[in-house]
Amino acid sequence: MPATETITIGAVTQIEALADARHFMEICNGCRYCEGFCAVFPAMELRREFADADLNYLANLCHNCQGCFYACQYAPPHPFGVNVPQAMAQVRAASYEQYAWPRPLARLFQGNGVVVSLATAGGLALVLLLSMLFRSTQMLTAWPVEPGAFYVVIPFPVMMWMGLLTFGYALVAMFMGARNFWRDAGTTGVATRAIGEAVWDILTLKNLGGGGDGCNDRDESFSMTRRYLHHFMFYGFMLCLAATTAGTVFHHFLGWVAPYSLLSLPVVLGTLGGVGLLIGTGGLFAMKFTDDPAPKARGLLGMDVAMLVLLALSALTGLVLLALRSTGGMGIALAVHLGVILALFVVLPYSKMVHGVYRGAALLRYAVERTGKPLGTE
Amino acid sequence: MKDLSQTWDVLVVGGGNAALCAAITAREAGCSVLLLEHAPKAFRGGNSRHTRNFRSMHEQPTDVLTESYLEEEYWDDLKRVTGGNTDEQLARMTIRASAGVTGWMRQSGVRFQPSLTGTLSLSRTNAFFLGGGKALVNAYYLTAERLGVTILYDTEVLALKMEDGFVRSADIAYRGYPETVRAKMVVAASGGFQGNLDWMREYWGDAVDNFVIRGTPYAKGKILKSLLGQGVAQVGDPTQFHAVALDARAPQFDGGIATRLDSVPFSIVVNRDGDRFYDEGEDFWPKRYAIWGRLIAQQPDQIAYSIFDQKCVEMFMPSIYPAKKANTIRELAVQLGIADPAKVEATVAQYNAAVRAGSFNPGKLDDCVTEGIMPPKTHWARPIDVGPFYGYPLRPGITFTYLGVRVNERAQVMMDDGRPAGNLFASGEIMAGNILGRGYLAGFGMTIGTIFGRIAGQEAAKNARN
Ligand SMILES: Cc1cc2nc3c(=O)[nH]c(=O)nc-3n(C[C@H](O)[C@H](O)[C@H](O)COP(=O)(O)OP(=O)(O)OC[C@H]3O[C@@H](n4cnc5c(N)ncnc54)[C@H](O)[C@@H]3O)c2cc1C
Ligand code: SF4
Ligand code: SF4
Repeated sequence: MPATETITIGAVTQIEALADARHFMEICNGCRYCEGFCAVFPAMELRREFADADLNYLANLCHNCQGCFYACQYAPPHPFGVNVPQAMAQVRAASYEQYAWPRPLARLFQGNGVVVSLATAGGLALVLLLSMLFRSTQMLTAWPVEPGAFYVVIPFPVMMWMGLLTFGYALVAMFMGARNFWRDAGTTGVATRAIGEAVWDILTLKNLGGGGDGCNDRDESFSMTRRYLHHFMFYGFMLCLAATTAGTVFHHFLGWVAPYSLLSLPVVLGTLGGVGLLIGTGGLFAMKFTDDPAPKARGLLGMDVAMLVLLALSALTGLVLLALRSTGGMGIALAVHLGVILALFVVLPYSKMVHGVYRGAALLRYAVERTGKPLGTE
Repeated sequence: MKDLSQTWDVLVVGGGNAALCAAITAREAGCSVLLLEHAPKAFRGGNSRHTRNFRSMHEQPTDVLTESYLEEEYWDDLKRVTGGNTDEQLARMTIRASAGVTGWMRQSGVRFQPSLTGTLSLSRTNAFFLGGGKALVNAYYLTAERLGVTILYDTEVLALKMEDGFVRSADIAYRGYPETVRAKMVVAASGGFQGNLDWMREYWGDAVDNFVIRGTPYAKGKILKSLLGQGVAQVGDPTQFHAVALDARAPQFDGGIATRLDSVPFSIVVNRDGDRFYDEGEDFWPKRYAIWGRLIAQQPDQIAYSIFDQKCVEMFMPSIYPAKKANTIRELAVQLGIADPAKVEATVAQYNAAVRAGSFNPGKLDDCVTEGIMPPKTHWARPIDVGPFYGYPLRPGITFTYLGVRVNERAQVMMDDGRPAGNLFASGEIMAGNILGRGYLAGFGMTIGTIFGRIAGQEAAKNARN
C-alpha cells in the first residue's frame, strides 16, 4: 500500500503532503536548531534521505506542539516557507488512511467524521430503543436502582456481546494498521528497555513538552494547557475503561450485578473518568477557537472534532445515565449511552483515535533507534 | 497611531539581540522605553534570529556546558582569531560578564538545550539556544512586551540628530510616515551594514552582486553612517566582513545557517576557470570555514565548485540543495555550468596523480597529502576516482561587517575628540569591531550583544533618571 494521489487532506494529496514534508526535513537537517524540542529532530538526524515510510514515521512521532513553527527562521513569509507541524499533520492524517485495515474501509477517513460518528451513534441507539419497545412499552416507566435493572432493558448477553464484538473488532483493526505501519518503516528488533522508554513517553506526553515549557498554542508563548487537557482526556478514557473492567469483574467473578452503588468501584472510576473526559474534550474543543491557524493543516477539523464529540458524548451520556438511573428516563438513557459507546468502538479504527496507536508505535521505534549516532557529525 | 510625542527615557534603535537586551534592562530599571525595529514583525530580530549559540565562560560544568572554559583560554582564543586586533580591557570585561549573564537570560525567557550535535562541536565553550535564535528573540519580545516596552515594527530610524555630542532627536519612518521622536537617552543597536549592497559596492565593486547576505536585509547601516558623519569615532576596517562558503543557490538574503556547505575538506575546490586556489585540507573545517568566504570572494566571478566522489558523500552535514551528480568529471563540470570542462578534468587528473597514499582519518589531521602540486592539499587528500562524482557551486556568504562606532566600557559611544557622547550608547554588531576587529569566534557575536546590551540599558537608565 504505497502513498497515493487518491488520499487527500483538505486540498492536498498525500503525494504533495509527502513532498512538502520531505523538502522541509531536508532544510531542517541542514539547520537542526530545533533538535531540543522533541523526538522528531533527533530521529531525522539519523537519516539523509527521507522515504515515504520514514516521513510517515516522523509525522507520527510529531506531537504537533508547534514549537518548531514559531522558532523557525524559515517559517512563512520567508521564501523557504518551512511549516513542519502543518506538513507533519497532513502526512500523519494521510498515513492513517494508507495503513488502515481492511483496505476498503480506509475510505471512511475521507468522510465527514462528525456526521459519520453521530449517525452511527444515533442509529445504534435507535436500534436499541426499538428493540426495547418491541419487547414491551413498559420499558419507559420508572426503574428502581436494583440489581439487574439494566439487563431488563437490554439483556446482559446482548450488551456483552455487542461490546465485545465491536471493541474486539476495533482492537484487531488497529493492530493490523499498526502492523502495516511498523513493516513499512522497516522491521526491527525491540528490546524491553525500549518498550519501557516508549511507554514512559506515551504516559507523560513528554513530546508535548516543547523542550520543557509546553506547546505554542496560539503564539510564541509556551503553555501546558494542551498537554494537561490531553492528560485529562487520556486518563479519563483510561478510567472509564477501568470502570468497565471493574464492572465485568464484579459481574463475572464476584457475581454482583449492576447497577452498583454510588461509592462502588465501577461507579467511582466511571464518574471520575467521565468528568475527566468532559474537561479534556471540552477544553481541547474550546482551544480550536483560539488556536493560531498558521501552523495547522486545513481539512482536518472534521476528524478532530468527531473524536472530541464522540468522546465527550460517551462521557456525557454515561453521567446522564448515572443521574437518571432511578427515573423513568433510565431506559432511554441506557440505550443512548450504549449506542454512543458502541459507535465509538465501531468508528475507532477509522477515526482520529488511531493517532494514539501510530504515535505509540512511532515512539517505540524511536526508543529503539535512540542509541544511533546522528549523520554528518564529527 | 501610537502617540510618539512624549519624551522617552530611552530610545532603542534596532530589534535584534543587542537592542532587546538593552530595552529590557532599561525597562527593568523603571524607564519608559521605545524600541524601533525596521523589519515587520515576521522578520524581526535581525541577524540574531539566525543564531544558535552563545559563548560563555564557566568555571565548572553546567547543565548546558561541559568541563570548564576559563578567562585566560577565552582571551587566548580571542587574541588568536583577531590577531590582536581587539581591546583587551573591553574584551576581558565581556568575557567575565559572559559567565554570569545566563541567569538573567533565562529569567528573561531564553532557554538553553544540552548540546547534541552539529558540525561545530562546541558544547564546551558555547551554550545552545533551545530552538535557535528566533526562539531567543521571541522570548525577549514577549518579556519586553510584558514589562511594558513600547515596540514599533516596520519603523526605520533614518537619522539620529546630534548636537554637541548629544542626540537631540531621531527622524523615523513609522510604517512609511515621517515622524520625529525625542528621548533622554539613545541606544544604537542597529547591527552592521552587510544588508546594504550599495555601501559594500564602494569597496568591492560589482563583485557584491555575487555576494549572498546570510542574514537580514534590514541591516543597512543607516544609523552607523549617520553617526560616523556627525563626529562619532570609528572602529574596524570598513572594507572587511566575515564570510563563509555557501551553496551558490542560496537566496540573496536571509538564507541563514542552512545554506552553508561543509564539503570543502573532503573535496577539491576549483574556480570559474577550473583551477584550484587554496589548500582544502589545511585544518579542521570549523577552524577554516570562515576563511573560505573571502577566498571565494577574491576569485573571478566570485564562484567556486566543490568536487568530490562517492567515497565522501556521507562525511559532512547534508546540504539543503541536492549535489550535482554525474558519472564522469567532465559531465559533472558541464552540469555545474563550468565553461571549460576539459580544464576541470585536467585539474582532477593532476590532483589525483599528486595524492600520496596515507591512512585517511576525518577525525584527525591525517597524513593523506598531495605532493608536487600548488596549492597542495595537506590533509584528507584522496583521489577523486570512484563515480558517481558530485559537485556543489559555492558563493561567498557575508555574515556581518566589521565597521563600527567606538565605545568605552560603559557602552558610551565615543566622539572623534576622545570624549564620550552625552546620551548615546551602543551595543551589538554596531560596536563589535571594538573587540572583534578581525576574524570570528563562534558564539561571540551574541555574547558581545548581550553584555553590551545589558550595560547600555543600565547606563542609559542610570543617566535618564538623573
Ligand atoms: C547565519 C548566521 C548565524 C549566526 N550564528 C551565530 C551564533 O550562533 N552565535 C553568535 O554569537 N553569533 C552568530 N551570528 C552573528 C550574530 O547574528 C550577530 O553577532 C548578532 O546577531 C548581532 O546582534 P545585533 O542585535 O547587534 O544585530 P542584529 O541582530 O542584526 O539586529 C539589528 C537590528 O536592527 C534593525 N535595524 C537596522 N537598522 C535599523 C534602522 N535604521 N532603524 C530601525 N531598525 C534598524 C534590524 O532590523 C535588526 O532588527 C550569526 C550570524 C548569521 C548571519
Ligand atoms: S523547523 Fe526551522 S528552525 Fe527548526 S530545524 Fe527546521 S528549519 Fe531549522
Ligand atoms: S510540532 Fe512539536 S512535536 Fe512536531 S516536529 Fe515540531 S517541535 Fe516536534
